[in-house]
Amino acid sequence: MPKVTVTVTLKPALLDAQGRTIQEALHSLGYTDVANVRVGKVIELETANPADVTAMCEKLLANPVMESYKIEVDG
Amino acid sequence: MSGFTAGVIVFPGSNCDRDAANAWSELGCGEAKLLWHQDKDLQGVDIVIVPGGFSYGDALRAGAIARFAPIMDEVAAFAHDGGLVMGICNGFQIVCEAGLLPGALARNEGLKFACKHVDLRVETTSSPFTCTSEKGALLSIPIAHGEGRYVCDEATHAQLIAEDRILFRYANGNPNGAFDDIAGILGGPNRNVMGMMPHPERAIRAALGSADGAVMFESILATLAQAQV
Repeated sequence: MPKVTVTVTLKPALLDAQGRTIQEALHSLGYTDVANVRVGKVIELETANPADVTAMCEKLLANPVMESYKIEVDG
Repeated sequence: MSGFTAGVIVFPGSNCDRDAANAWSELGCGEAKLLWHQDKDLQGVDIVIVPGGFSYGDALRAGAIARFAPIMDEVAAFAHDGGLVMGICNGFQIVCEAGLLPGALARNEGLKFACKHVDLRVETTSSPFTCTSEKGALLSIPIAHGEGRYVCDEATHAQLIAEDRILFRYANGNPNGAFDDIAGILGGPNRNVMGMMPHPERAIRAALGSADGAVMFESILATLAQAQV
């Protein structure tokens, strides 16, 4: 069955509190040119119907009010 | 027993269900029934409380899985018919995920679980949940959440303001970075659905640190009594 990778992140307009914390940690390690760190979730699944994954994202995997998602199908 | 019946939904991981039920009965509102998430019957209750806790362990996102529980179809139908629905903390997250209220709850800005008493300002008394309070009144109510930062888009925010649907704002400090200090909002066809991150059911007696939450239960009782006349 095709393998699908869904990446869910907070929408760019929203403060990503985890991303900000990690960015500050990187800065304190000396990587001061790092910007726009965003943290997300990666959800891997196998399905015979990859075309359904957009609907799965809209219904459950992401909250479209605050999150965007990216779908990659392999195979 | 006189009074009205509250239905408190119990999900796996709810931990404020009994507090909500106790608040309802201790304040003399009537009987409280615990309703199992797998049930498909609200048993004729007068108000539904979606309580706080960590339904399904907050897997994926707080409230994301609970909103698909069988009883939530009944709660949605009840809300669409004008029934009173009170979403507290995880309950707020669940009713937003279910689309009964606009917006969403993101992780606290400071990434810390916030557990303390906060001041809430009553922004509207034109609601079944605050009608016996006073506009501008400050209520001391505890919070206990890690994902309580209310977010919504600009159009929704403008609509909330235009329709006087912001129920509470945090006063004297914003504990989670919520947009426009929003702590609770109203929705539903008749302003009959509400969601808030703080826990009024934990503030019903001075011995608990505050009795300020009682005004919400008094307001609901007054609303239900008025509707019965």
